[in-house]
Order: sequence, then structure tokens, then C-alpha cells
Amino acid sequence: MNLTLKIWRQKDSSSKGQMVDYKVTDISEHMSFLEMMDVLNEQLVNTGEEPVAFDHDCREGICGMCSMYINGEAHGPDRGITTCQLHMRMFKDGDTITIEPFRAAAFPVIKDLVVDRTSFERIQQAGGFISVNTSGNTQDANSIPISKIAADEAMDAATCIGCGACVATCKNSSAMLFVGAKVSQYALLPQGRVEATERVQNMVAQMDLEGFGNCTNTGACEVECPKGISLDNIARMNRELMKASV
Amino acid sequence: MSGFFKSSIGRKVAMALSAFFLMFFLLQHFAINMLSVFSPDTFNEVSHFMGTNPLVQFALQPVLIFGVVFHFIMGFILELKNKKANGVNYAKNNGAANSSWMSRNMIWSGVAILAFVVLHFIDFWFPEINTKFIQGDWSGTMDGVEGFRYYEELVHKFSNPARVVAYVIAFVFLALHLMHGFTSAFQSMGSTAGRKQTLQNIGKAYSIIIPLGFVVIALYHFFNH
Repeated sequence: MNLTLKIWRQKDSSSKGQMVDYKVTDISEHMSFLEMMDVLNEQLVNTGEEPVAFDHDCREGICGMCSMYINGEAHGPDRGITTCQLHMRMFKDGDTITIEPFRAAAFPVIKDLVVDRTSFERIQQAGGFISVNTSGNTQDANSIPISKIAADEAMDAATCIGCGACVATCKNSSAMLFVGAKVSQYALLPQGRVEATERVQNMVAQMDLEGFGNCTNTGACEVECPKGISLDNIARMNRELMKASV
Repeated sequence: MSGFFKSSIGRKVAMALSAFFLMFFLLQHFAINMLSVFSPDTFNEVSHFMGTNPLVQFALQPVLIFGVVFHFIMGFILELKNKKANGVNYAKNNGAANSSWMSRNMIWSGVAILAFVVLHFIDFWFPEINTKFIQGDWSGTMDGVEGFRYYEELVHKFSNPARVVAYVIAFVFLALHLMHGFTSAFQSMGSTAGRKQTLQNIGKAYSIIIPLGFVVIALYHFFNH
């Protein structure tokens, strides 16, 4: 198929960006979206132009690096996937595809489609961990009884890959699905309960400090999340913070 | 605790708490107005009680005004903060693919409701304050009307078609605002997953029945008098 691509080009974080049109031809419907981008970049390199910078790593939906906003949706027009798992069969011959970086004040553009998501890492560092002694005397985790429901819900929350699609798709650029998942993952388990109070307070404080917006419960994040993280995690985080504050 | 209300989640909770209060107020306002359809005399009695009872006038009324003003001001503050958090706008954004129109446009349905509240205050609240607090007339009567004046005033207001149309439009926006707002308030308060479907059903019923009921009351008085 032959496609017209409208891509955000921005030289560096301090330059002003703009949308630039490109044509790609003979794209196979079996290609992934990133392979299509590779074809475009080869074409650009062959004509002496600067290739389009975009984030990618594992290309199997686990690392959370690929971060494009395709035709008005984070990771494009499919559900439960990252951009590397988006296939060209979702598009038709002759389509115009708009490709933009994830937008949020807390995710500044580094170059073209690459954004700086270290704000997520700083939130994680503020409390997304448990303090255990790993000197060799660690207790076997299976010796602590945990209900099947809690274990399942904690595991569901832990599937968050921190890609930032929730922030990119949120009309308020809120990070509450991400932080809700991280808070829930530990709050549901006995090992995480010990530091639950400080964790939720510190992580929410860091989230606010990074300049993310306020959640208005539109639910867009839950729909666009490649791992299907539920809004229930945000409600749990709200409960945790209320509990921690009284 | 003061730190809690300065946090993003604390502000959500504050919005939800004021929303609960306003939704409860709306329910009792609806119940009293419904009396005007079924029994004008009872409507007059209850209106006089609400208009002259010291607890209602000097305790609940200021709390209500605070609740209304707080919900609007906090709504605008959060909208401005969220716009700031957005950074650069998308060239193409397909919001309809993942969220409802109501949830994305709470600020606009809110602005429409604010415009209505101003109109409603000019229609009913300011004249009431003028009669009671400036002229000092707490009798609830007026010349040419037998018994209490409230039912007559209500009927008179709804004889104007322009006002009826404005009220009907405002209630459509109220319904849209509530369709998202009702369940959203519970979500902000951390309601559990198990109650989600029940709350959605109650929310749908509330956000349709109450505004529709107000529309029916307005139309009833317009066509019956």
C-alpha cells in the first residue's frame, strides 16, 4: 500500500517543531508500524535527509519504549497493544496517517517523536519499591499467605510497562493510571503494606511536582492502556491517600 | 489533612464532596418543585417553611452558596491547571475513540449550568432576598394573592416561553453534566470495583429523571396557565 505520513519533526528540545508530509510506497500489510517507519527512514537516509527519531527497543510489547500518537490515539487505532504491535493491516491503501509524539508538559520532546519520560522514573523512585533485606536471609515469599484475588489484582497492576500512553491520551495529561497501578501493586500485598502510607504520599507528591494534570475520570487511559490497567487502580490510590491522610 | 486537600487527589475529593452536596440539594429541590404540580397548597406551605425557617435560611443556605461557588471556582482552577499540564496540543486527537463527550466537556456543560444559575438567581433568589432581607417582609404573602405567594410567582415566571426554553436547554446540559459527574464523584471517592455497575445504573437514572422532571414541571406550568 501507498501512504502519506504527516510526522512531527523537531530538531531538539529547544527548537520549534512542525508537521512534515512524507510519502511511502509498497508497504506490506504484514509489516508492523515500526517496520513501516524503518522503511521511511531508509528512504530518508538514501536521499540524504535526517531520519525520523522515534523510541523503540524490544518490539514485542514489553519494554514500553515506543510512544507515538497515531491518528489521534496513543499507540494507534487498535486496543491492548503498543506501537510495535500495531500492524499496517489496520490501515488502507491511500491513507494519510498523522504521527505525533506523546504530548504532556511533563513529557518534553527531545527530538521528533522521542519524549523524555524520566518523570515516571522519578515517581517510581519516590516510593515504587519495597525495602527488603536481600543479604541472603530473605524469607521465601510463598511462606506468606496471600488471597488469590489480591494476588491476581496485584499482578494485573504490575503489568503496567510505564509507557505513558495514559498520560498522552488523557485530556488533562494526568498520570494517575500509572501511579495508581504502581501504588496498587504493592498496597494489595502484605510485603507492600508496611510502607503503604509513605509510598502513596510520596508518589502522589512527586506526581504533582512533575506537573501532571488532575484526573477527571474520563476513562480514556483505561481504553488506550496497552496492558488494560483498570481505573479501579486509581480508585484504590484515592482510598490509600485518604487513609494515609487521616 | 490540609496537605491532602492541596494534592491533586485531595482536590478531586473536594470536587466530589461538593458534588454530593449539590446532588442532594438538587434532589430535595426537585421534590419540593414536584409538589407544585400535585398540590399548590402543600407547595406553598413547604416553600414558606424553607423560606422562613432560621436553620434553612441562616445555616443551610450559606453552606449551599459556598458549595455552589466552591464547585464552580475549583472546576475552573482544575481546568486551568490541566490545560497547563497539556503542553502542546495534538494536531489530530480522536477523543471520541476512548471517552464520552460528557466526560470530555464537563467544563462546557458546567459553564452552561453556571449561566443558568445566574438566570435562576435573577428570577427567584434575588427577588426573594430583596423581599425578605431588604424590605423586611417575611409574611410570604403579596397583594392580590390569597394565601402564600410562592405558587403564583412560580406560575408567573413560567408563563414566558423564552424562559421555559432557556430552562429546558439548561436542564439538557445538567443531564449531560450529571451523566459523567455522578459516577465520577464516586470514583474520586475511591468506590470499589464491585459497586461500579450499580453506581452506573443509579447515576444514569438520577441524571435523566431529575433534569427531565424539572423540564416536565416547567412545561406543565407553561401549558396549564
